Amino acid sequence: MLKESIKMALENIISNKMRSFLTMLGIIIGVASIIALITIVSGATATVTNQVSSMGANKVTVQIQGTPLKKGLTQGALESLAKIPNISGISPTISGKTTVASNGISMEDIALQGKNDVYFKNTTDVISSGRTINPIDIENQSRVSLIGSDIVKKLFYGKNPIGQEIKIGGISYTVIGVLQESSRFSSAGQNSAVMIPYTTAMGIVGAKYINNLDIFVQDEAMASTTTQQIEGVLKQDFNGNTDAYSVMNMQSILDTIQSMTSILSMMLGGIASISLVVGGIGIMNMMLVSVTERTSEIGLRKALGAEPIQIQMQFLIESVVLSLMGGIIGFILGVALAWVVCIIIGTTFVLTAGTVILAIGFSAAIGIIFGFAPARKASRLNPIDALRSI
Amino acid sequence: MSEKILEMKELVKTYIMGDEEQVVLRGVNLEINRGDFVSILGPSGSGKTTLMNIIGCLDVPTRGTYHLSGELIRDLPEAALSHIRNREIGFIFQQFQLLPRLTAQKNVELPLIYAGVPEKERQERSASILERVGLAEKMKNRPNQLSGGQQQRVAIARALVTEPTILLADEPTGALDQTTGHQIMALFQELSKEGKTIVMITHDSDVAKNGSRIVRIIDGNLSEGVYNA
Ligand SMILES: Nc1ncnc2c1ncn2[C@@H]1O[C@H](COP(=O)(O)OP(=O)(O)OP(=O)(O)O)[C@@H](O)[C@H]1O
Ligand SMILES: [Mg+2]
Repeated sequence: MLKESIKMALENIISNKMRSFLTMLGIIIGVASIIALITIVSGATATVTNQVSSMGANKVTVQIQGTPLKKGLTQGALESLAKIPNISGISPTISGKTTVASNGISMEDIALQGKNDVYFKNTTDVISSGRTINPIDIENQSRVSLIGSDIVKKLFYGKNPIGQEIKIGGISYTVIGVLQESSRFSSAGQNSAVMIPYTTAMGIVGAKYINNLDIFVQDEAMASTTTQQIEGVLKQDFNGNTDAYSVMNMQSILDTIQSMTSILSMMLGGIASISLVVGGIGIMNMMLVSVTERTSEIGLRKALGAEPIQIQMQFLIESVVLSLMGGIIGFILGVALAWVVCIIIGTTFVLTAGTVILAIGFSAAIGIIFGFAPARKASRLNPIDALRSI
Repeated sequence: MSEKILEMKELVKTYIMGDEEQVVLRGVNLEINRGDFVSILGPSGSGKTTLMNIIGCLDVPTRGTYHLSGELIRDLPEAALSHIRNREIGFIFQQFQLLPRLTAQKNVELPLIYAGVPEKERQERSASILERVGLAEKMKNRPNQLSGGQQQRVAIARALVTEPTILLADEPTGALDQTTGHQIMALFQELSKEGKTIVMITHDSDVAKNGSRIVRIIDGNLSEGVYNA
C-alpha cells in the first residue's frame, strides 16, 4: 500500500512537471538558503574558533586602557602578578610606532613590539630563522631585534640579515632573527613589525607603561580562578577603577564567539525559514487543486474499497514526496553554494549529519503540516458526490 | 431453492431539502438470489441511482432494512462500508471511471490493492481476468488508447477481479454505440451463464430485456413482471 502510494505520488508529480517544479521552488529556495547559511556560519565559526584556540586556551589577556593619571601598569604591578599561583609566565607587550633604517633605506610607521622570553616559549612558529629573545636579553636590556619579512625584503634585499645592524628609532640594534612570514589576515601585521626586549623598550625607547599582558596559566581548568586573582591585583593597582583594564581568557572569548555565531545562525535561519513557510503554502495550494481535480478519482477509489484513512495517506504521501524532493534539491544547491562561499572566503567547509537531518526533517515536516488539510479534505469527500462530479 | 444474497424490506430513502422532506424510495421490497441477472428499469428521476447507491453500500436507507450476504447494512463507519463494498460489490459505471494515468492492468488491480492482495497475485489475477474479457493484448494500454467498448471491458474486469457477490452496473451501455452495447450485453449474458449475480440499472427497455428478471421502478415504487412496451 505504501509502495503503491509513493509510486502514485511520483507519477502524479511527473505528469504535472511544470506545476510540481514551481510548487517545489519555494521549498528548494527555503531549504537551500537555510542549509547554505548554517554551513557557512558553522564553517566560519570553526575557522575562527580554531584560530582563537590556537592562540592558546591557557592564556589570559590583559588590556590596560589606563586612567588620565596612570596610563598603564608599572613593573611593580607586574611583580605582584607574578606571585599569583598557577601562573607559569607573564608576557608583557609594549607597542608603539617607530622608524627602521639600514643600508641607507628607511621605513616609517613600523609596529614596534616589546616582548619577553615567555612570549616565545608559549607561542610556536614566531621566527623563521635566527634565535628569539632570551632572559639574558631581558636582564641586560640588550639591543637586539627580530624583524618581519617585509623589512628583510626592503632593507636587506632579501639577504640574510642575521648579525646585521638595523636602526630602530635612530638607535642601533643587532638583528637576531626573522619573524615567520604570515599570510593569515589575523597576523599579517607581523610581516612589517619589529620585536625587541620589553625591558629595552622601557629603558631605551622610554616607554613607561605596559599596556598589554599575556599571562600563561599552568592548569587550564583553574583558569577562571586565576583570572579572578589577576583582576584582584589590577583592581588594587588602579585603586578600584575597573574601567581602566580588561581581562579576558581565551575560553571566555571562545564562549562569546560561539554564542554570537549561534545567535547569528538562528536569526538567519529564522529569516530563511519564512521562505519555507511560503513554500509550504505553495504545496498546500497545489494539493488543494489536486484534490479538486481528482474528486472523481477519490470517489472511484472509495467505491472500490478505499478507506478514508487510505485516501488521506495517499495525498499526504504525495505532499511529503513533493516537499522531500524539493528539500533534497534545495539541500544539494545549499551545500554547493556553501562550498563555493567557503572557498571564496577561505573558511573550512563543515557538513554535519545534523545539517542533513535538518534539511530532510524540515522538508518532510512541511509536507506533513501543509499536506494535512488537503489530504483530510480528500478523505472526507462523499463517494456519491465525488463520483457524480465528472 | 437458490441462495438469497440480497433482501430489502420496506426500504425508504428520503432527502431533506431545506424544510422539505423528499421521499425518493417509497417502501421498496426486493429479493435477489445467487445467479440472478436483474434489470432495474425506470424513467429519469424515478430513483434508480438512489437505489443503486444503497445496493452498492455507498449510501444507507432512511428506514427499512437491507441485508447483503446476510449482513445488515446500516449507518456504519465509512471504513466498514468501504470493506463491504470492496468484498461484496463489483461496480460498473456508465462513464467507465478508469484512472487515465494507469494501464488497463493497473486499473484492474486497484480494488485488489484495497483488499490487501500482494503485488504478484494482483498481477496474475488482473492478467487472467483481462484475458477473460478479451483484452489480453491490451493490458499495458492506457484508457485513452482504448475504444469505449474496450474501456468498458476493462471496467468489467475491474468489477470481476475481486470475485464480488454482486456485479452492480449503472447504465453500462449508456456511453456506447448500439453495436458495442450489444457486445457488452453479450458479455453480461456469458457472465450470467457462468453463475455471476448481476444487477443492472437502465432506462432502456431493450437493454433491460437482457436480464433474467426485470424490475420496474416508477416514482420510487418497485414492481416486477414482464415488461411490455
Ligand atoms: N443528494 C440528493 N439530494 C436531494 N435529492 C436528491 C439527491 N439525489 C437524488 N435526489 C432526488 O431523488 C430523485 C431520484 O433521483 P435518482 O438520481 O435516483 O434518479 P434516477 O432514476 O437515477 O434518474 P436518471 O435516470 O436521470 O439518472 C430525483 O428527484 C432527485 O432530484
Ligand atoms: Mg441515475
